[in-house]
Amino acid sequence: MKTKSLFYSIALVVGLPLASHAKLNVVTTTPDFAAIAKAVGGDRVEVTALAKPTEDPHFVDAKPSLILKLNKADVLIEGGAELEIGWLPALLQSVRNPRIAIGAPGRVRASEAVELVEVPATLDRSQGDMHAMGNPHFMTDPVNAVLVAKRIADAFCKLDSASAEVYRSNLKKFESAVDSKLAEWEKLLAPFKGQHVVAYHNSWPYFARRFGLQIDLFLEPKPGLPPTPAHLADVMARMKETGARVIIVQPYLNRHTAESVARNTGAVVVDVAGFPGGVKGTEEDYVKYMDHLVTSLANALGQSVGKKP
Amino acid sequence: MKTVQSVGLVGSARLAGSLLFACAFVPAPALRAQEADQATQIQQLQQQLRTLRETFEETLRRQREQIEALQKKIDALQSKTPGSATSSPPVTTPPPATAASPPAESGPPKVARETQETKPAWSPTSPIALLGGQRSYLNISFDALFAAGSSTADDIPHLQLGGHDPVQRGFTAQNLETVFEGYVDPYFRGQASLVGHIAPDGDFHFEAEEAYLETIALPANLQVKAGQFLTEFGRINPTHPHTWSFVDVPLVAGRFFGAEGLRNPGARVSWIVPTPFYSELFFTVQNSQGDTAYSFRGSGHSHDDHEDNLIFGRERIGRETDHLGDMLFAPRYAVSFDLTENQTVLLGASAAFGPNNSGPDTDTQIFGMDFLWKWKSPRHHGGFPFVAWQTEVMARRFEAGAFTLDENGDGLPEVDLPRETLWDYGLYSQLTWGFKRGWVAGLRGDWVSGERGAFYPDPDRDRRWRISPNLTWFPTEFSKLRLQYNYDERKNIGVDHSVWLQFEFMLGAHAAHKF
Repeated sequence: MKTKSLFYSIALVVGLPLASHAKLNVVTTTPDFAAIAKAVGGDRVEVTALAKPTEDPHFVDAKPSLILKLNKADVLIEGGAELEIGWLPALLQSVRNPRIAIGAPGRVRASEAVELVEVPATLDRSQGDMHAMGNPHFMTDPVNAVLVAKRIADAFCKLDSASAEVYRSNLKKFESAVDSKLAEWEKLLAPFKGQHVVAYHNSWPYFARRFGLQIDLFLEPKPGLPPTPAHLADVMARMKETGARVIIVQPYLNRHTAESVARNTGAVVVDVAGFPGGVKGTEEDYVKYMDHLVTSLANALGQSVGKKP
Repeated sequence: MKTVQSVGLVGSARLAGSLLFACAFVPAPALRAQEADQATQIQQLQQQLRTLRETFEETLRRQREQIEALQKKIDALQSKTPGSATSSPPVTTPPPATAASPPAESGPPKVARETQETKPAWSPTSPIALLGGQRSYLNISFDALFAAGSSTADDIPHLQLGGHDPVQRGFTAQNLETVFEGYVDPYFRGQASLVGHIAPDGDFHFEAEEAYLETIALPANLQVKAGQFLTEFGRINPTHPHTWSFVDVPLVAGRFFGAEGLRNPGARVSWIVPTPFYSELFFTVQNSQGDTAYSFRGSGHSHDDHEDNLIFGRERIGRETDHLGDMLFAPRYAVSFDLTENQTVLLGASAAFGPNNSGPDTDTQIFGMDFLWKWKSPRHHGGFPFVAWQTEVMARRFEAGAFTLDENGDGLPEVDLPRETLWDYGLYSQLTWGFKRGWVAGLRGDWVSGERGAFYPDPDRDRRWRISPNLTWFPTEFSKLRLQYNYDERKNIGVDHSVWLQFEFMLGAHAAHKF
């Protein structure tokens, strides 16, 4: 009993200053997790994303300034499904921060909260760049975003129990915001159920699944490889076959390829972002981001229907 | 969420009821004495209740996730069935989105039934990942680097200073490297690079280039590295040839650190300095003898393996490790800033101190400054486009011992070199431009020179410069093809031209790239 009370008093002395003064210092790999951490943490957390919303999340530079950010972090939120495999491990080798070590309460792997799709049955790089654990672009499904938000809220509550109520109520707010919007988004995209959409890279299976679209034609011949004329000709033929008339392009991708394909097929090119902030006006807000994504896609699909001969 | 709360309330009411029931049976006289006891008991029960509620919520959450997963599977299957998009029922059953979804489907009995069915079963088609992806204890990768080409020089092994440079007309197996990497336990990370290359005579040379552990849980921002490793001096020395932007090692690094680079068994402590920007102090202690300590108590320089036991005209003598001062000491300080969102600068100052074996009491000091500036587009795709400029400047102070050689014993030595201090300087500067996805154009300039000593001319110290333009194509991040031209001018020897085509492939675990 004595040791226990001693333990409690130590925990109190150590834990209280953290709970009452310092905000939780949260570092996320990509801006989507940052937006959700902000929604859940509110003013109790300080959030930094390592990757820019406009850049290719597979190829972020392991800059020393990022080592410093991770060194000071109380929480690290990562996708964990090999999206960051080319740069996060190199940073973590130098970080020396036990608070975000694997297994520590401050290490949140978002992919553990969701079910990944497209897990390859065999690992074979002749099929392009593989993700052994499944497609890592799971945050484009709002339902997954809520599951991840819960995981994040759990971590925040564990680390800063004094603010647990705030986190829980923020989570509830986020959940209901997404819920009410989800119905709206589904309604917006409902008329286009089953339609084929073209993308550059296979970053959209979760989004497509949620909203009943088929984003299954890609300008890349294989994940990670640049488009070839033969492949593009094939894509154009299949666009005519399937009636796909919308091409979605992320900010870091070469728009020219998409535009020339669009010219040849009468399709519409739509700028979308993989992350909040990738398109102006969607910074640090997941709901706004999804809103932009769904409405711009719905508009384009609507247009293309109008254009149909 | 409502249902969770109401269930929780029901639970708490039930528990409170049983608590009251228990109280009614407590004999009256003992009541007062037990009041305190009861208080703690209530507290305990409340605690129990709380944890129960938490587990309940957790289970509920998990089961929702499972329902969600099942729904996804159904969606997936239905979307695969042709024509399902328009005719089948999924349109009418909205996916059970979040915790706030209709209470009808979150009733406990139904949930329990469904979870039994959704338990993810292993199937023969489930992937079994053996290597990489943090799914195994050990990440293994293999990297092979070859070159083919030709040079106008008659002494290509002396022209090319690196042990893993292309060293002959035709093909060279530059670097065949197997890397093992993983966490040892909660305290250490381990890494080993076993490297081989094929010498011009066809012999396969195999070496444990690096094998070290690194702490991951030291306090106070400290980290210790121990084992066999490349000395953290500048930017080229601690890195492996396949990460370089050029086919061969910079001249200054080849001259000062020898063909195999500066590396030895030892230990290193590093400390992230609590400055507002990134800055890190390194301090390395290593053995100062062997093939891989060329400017110190080293042996042989060139890679064609004949016994070359001379340095700057002197014979290397046997010199033992007698005291701490006979070790190699290498401090380094590195600083990095982000100039803008997209531009980063990294500056470093390094030194290496230790004894050399040109005399019984002679020492060597090497000093270096390194600089890297990099711009990467905020909308890069696959890491392109980017521009990087890297420069290293070094100086070496070498105390050379006196050396006389009187082979015919006539009292008039054929070789008579005094004790003297030899200063050498060198730098390289390289610009690389990733102008298009997968394509990098590079230009490097090399310059090295030494103050004239008593032993002259000395091709290991004479002035020399080199210009190397190159072009690299990365089909993916796992392979590359590089074409390089070297214009090389050596004082007292002349001008040489070389062209090398390099190719590389990598297998296994995905490498993470250091900055």
